[in-house]
Amino acid sequence: MKARKTLFAAVALALFSTLAHAEQVQVAVAANFTEPMKKIAEQFEKDTGNQAVLTFGATGKFYAQITNGAPFEVFLAADDATPAKLESEKAAVEGSRFTYAIGKLVLWSAKPGYVDAKGQVLARGDFKHLSIASPKAAPYGAAAMQTLDKLGLTQKVESRIVTGENITQAYQFIATENAELGFVALSQVTEDGKLVSGSAWQVPAEYYSPIRQDAQILAKGRDNPAAKALVDYLKGEKAAAIIRSYGYTL
Amino acid sequence: MPSAVDLSAVRLTIELAGLTTLILMVVGTPIAWWLATTRSRLRGLFGALVALPLVLPPSVLGFYLLVSLGPRGPLGALTQWLGLGLLPFTFAGLVVGSVFYSMPFVVQPLQQAFEAIGKRPLEVAATLRASPLDTFFSVVLPLARPGFITAAILGFAHTVGEFGVVLMIGGNIPERTRVVSVQIYDHVEALEYAEAHWLAGGMLVFSFLVLLALYTFNSRKRMV
Repeated sequence: MKARKTLFAAVALALFSTLAHAEQVQVAVAANFTEPMKKIAEQFEKDTGNQAVLTFGATGKFYAQITNGAPFEVFLAADDATPAKLESEKAAVEGSRFTYAIGKLVLWSAKPGYVDAKGQVLARGDFKHLSIASPKAAPYGAAAMQTLDKLGLTQKVESRIVTGENITQAYQFIATENAELGFVALSQVTEDGKLVSGSAWQVPAEYYSPIRQDAQILAKGRDNPAAKALVDYLKGEKAAAIIRSYGYTL
Repeated sequence: MPSAVDLSAVRLTIELAGLTTLILMVVGTPIAWWLATTRSRLRGLFGALVALPLVLPPSVLGFYLLVSLGPRGPLGALTQWLGLGLLPFTFAGLVVGSVFYSMPFVVQPLQQAFEAIGKRPLEVAATLRASPLDTFFSVVLPLARPGFITAAILGFAHTVGEFGVVLMIGGNIPERTRVVSVQIYDHVEALEYAEAHWLAGGMLVFSFLVLLALYTFNSRKRMV
């Protein structure tokens, strides 16, 4: 009997402490920002006591979900067009939009030495599969297509392109070596400014239009102080350091 | 109106489902026969294995297929050794995935049909000196015909409805791995709702008609 009472007290205490644990905020995060956002959310929770609940996916899909009533309160997109559209459609808080990171595109292979420093492996074309994210739904996929156009290689490699539903799946196709190489976000293959594995060519910035990644508070988060706190935190120095360490510029 | 890309997805889906059903009828029949007639202790084990896709999330199947069929996986090593190359991102890869995925939908109706026949007709055939093979083709097949029809329809329809496995091992390549379910998902993600409606509505009507045909057929059979 006594044991049961203690157990009850423990459960009640645990429950209470989570409730007392300030606010929660539901965040939709573009897939390319997965790793940095996990770190930022952890720091954010430590520093403010608020908890950021993260969902990762393709920006286009989030747009469809948000306009159809998804319960997200803050949106970290992979482009600036989608947040602008949401704002004009009154699905986001006006004036809350800002650029939290500028993304970099990279041609990456899981095999060391496969991708050369100038990306000439693309023109050589002795690969079976080139993995990219869906150009329709993911900005990094669109940037990959722009790069191929710029290089004049679109026609040559078109039949070998495999498309991941979002940038994480594009990465995973390469990481499992089912595709020899592909275009992913620099943030997915770097940590602390260094390539984690394989070989890579950082695509020159002039080959594709800048991937300005905007964040905003969504209509559902208007009255949640934790949403405001998270957006402020993203603009702060601590977050900036984490964002830069994954190869984004600010 | 559905575009040329949509129509090619429809054609590819029908090819995939058709080929998968054909393979499953050939492979599934001996498996179902064995499951229906064996007294082996392994019956439970293999019955459970065949039924696994009924309860497994397609993402689990897709994940294991992607990893094992890849260049570092055991099946990938095998297909390369056989000179078939690697299966992910190919039509053949989708067929392999679909055969696993739709297996229970073909094997279970067949098994039930075989079990319903019972031992008696087989014993009679044996006393008339029919060989086991002859018995199978001239006694079992005609008696189990409704089971074969049900199995073929369910196998075909279930493959048409496949999504998770294709998404994970297909790579969404037009004319090769972009089937209808993936094309619908693409349209929705790109906010092309009008195009999505054409395909999604088509799938709804198709699926309903298939099940209507199946249930009408089965209830008529019961009345006879």
